[in-house]
Amino acid sequence: MLAVQQLEAGYGESVILRDVSLRVKKGQVVCLLGRNGVGKTTLMKSIMGLLKARKGVVSYNEANLTKAAPGVRAKSGIGYVPQGREIFAQLTVYENVLLGLEASKEKTREIPASAIEKFPVLPTMYERRGGDLSGGQQQQLAFARALASKPEVLLLDEPCEGIQPSIVEDIRDVIRSIKAEGTTAVLLVEQSLEFVQSVGDYFYILEKGAIAWEGGLEQLSDEVIRTYLTV
Amino acid sequence: MEITIIQLFNGLSMGSILLLIALGLAVTFGLMNVINMAHGELIMIGAYATYITQNLFNDYLPASLFNWYFVLSIPVSFMVAFLIGWLLEVSLIRFLYGRPLDSLLATWGIALMLQQLARTIFGAPNVAVKSPTWLDGGFRLMDGVVLPYKRLFIILLVIVTLVAMFLYIYRSHAGRRMRAVMQNRDMAACLGISTRRVDSMTFAIGSGVAGIAGCALTLMGPIGPSLGTYYIVDAFMVVVLGGVGKLVGTIVGAVGIGVTGTMFEYWTNASLGKVLVFLCIVAFLQWKPKGLVAMKTRSLD
Repeated sequence: MLAVQQLEAGYGESVILRDVSLRVKKGQVVCLLGRNGVGKTTLMKSIMGLLKARKGVVSYNEANLTKAAPGVRAKSGIGYVPQGREIFAQLTVYENVLLGLEASKEKTREIPASAIEKFPVLPTMYERRGGDLSGGQQQQLAFARALASKPEVLLLDEPCEGIQPSIVEDIRDVIRSIKAEGTTAVLLVEQSLEFVQSVGDYFYILEKGAIAWEGGLEQLSDEVIRTYLTV
Repeated sequence: MEITIIQLFNGLSMGSILLLIALGLAVTFGLMNVINMAHGELIMIGAYATYITQNLFNDYLPASLFNWYFVLSIPVSFMVAFLIGWLLEVSLIRFLYGRPLDSLLATWGIALMLQQLARTIFGAPNVAVKSPTWLDGGFRLMDGVVLPYKRLFIILLVIVTLVAMFLYIYRSHAGRRMRAVMQNRDMAACLGISTRRVDSMTFAIGSGVAGIAGCALTLMGPIGPSLGTYYIVDAFMVVVLGGVGKLVGTIVGAVGIGVTGTMFEYWTNASLGKVLVFLCIVAFLQWKPKGLVAMKTRSLD
């Protein structure tokens, strides 16, 4: 279980996250909602270790990761699909997926079928450079790269941003099949309410750097949405 | 006809030497963006490592084996420069990433210290490294055209070094990690790659290749503590002209400068030739500031 307790983080002088606590339990799809600029991506970065926490604790399965480098967190089972995908543009698609194996706990050189079978288009483009792919293809590549290490928790930061509807459907199916397998938990940041309602188990709403609301799917009423999410 | 061939060969030979001294810098400066002013001194360290290997063979091994010292000195100078480069990265360079001006000054200071260290240990005068006898003489292509074995050997050494570097960077697992870190450090870290290890390894390899260059330079003449300072400008020129971050660019840049340089020197004289080459480079960089082989891609989004 991934747990964040009273986390405070920010850039330079400015504090973005004041007091954030959340939990992602095994097999759950937890969604993080909030208006623009409330600190969703900052929270993802702090969980991954790209941003140092000023206060609070990030822990995974009882291990305290608050001071750990991103690589250590990845190796302990946290996979990350960042906003903007961050594909290695000069490397081939195949090399990009292979890099996903770096955090794998199994000492394997083979890309697991479970990572790639959901994206049948990728193997046909293995020799092309990552930077030459379209946005949607890069998003699928970022998913496959993260899944290659068979993570126990997957952090997804706006996976549907700027993606054509049919690939959004593919991504929805992927998240659902991950959920059905029950071995990988997901922490999802996404703007589309319709999307998160169709896959999420539990919801957190961030406001001004703190958790303003949390609850299950049935509690996420129009009232809540009006209060915290409509502009 | 003979003259053309000789000039072309001289140009190629010049280019191969330039390439060898610039290859290490193509890694430390080209890939890692560290302005390493101590690169010349790493070349110097490689040269002295060769000198020490020669002396050890002289003192402790039968004379019949002496000719083979040079074969051993290539890996020895690589290893010595590799270790010193690694130490340099771990103790200094790693604090200076993303601070080009600071790293320029700091590595320049290191360069001066290393020069003084060499002066203290080996003395200020140049020392001679005796080339193995199997590199004496030359290959007679036709009447009036003799290609010295030493220069042929350097060309061969460059090719072998290049192939090894290509295999390491583009075919090995470690090379893949290295390219990933140099392109997108944060994302590479998020995938579980130890960026610290990759940084120090990459810098050490660049330094080690500089050591090989130093070893090769012992074939061209005597060596001294300030050997590196003669070559540092040339090395940077090759990397910048070739295009930072691309090994292919470095190759084209080195051969280009080598061949045009020898031609200009043949048509004019040595110093005017250098000036003309330099002018050409300046003009070229005005036209293409990113160098010969610029990174082209439809980047993210």
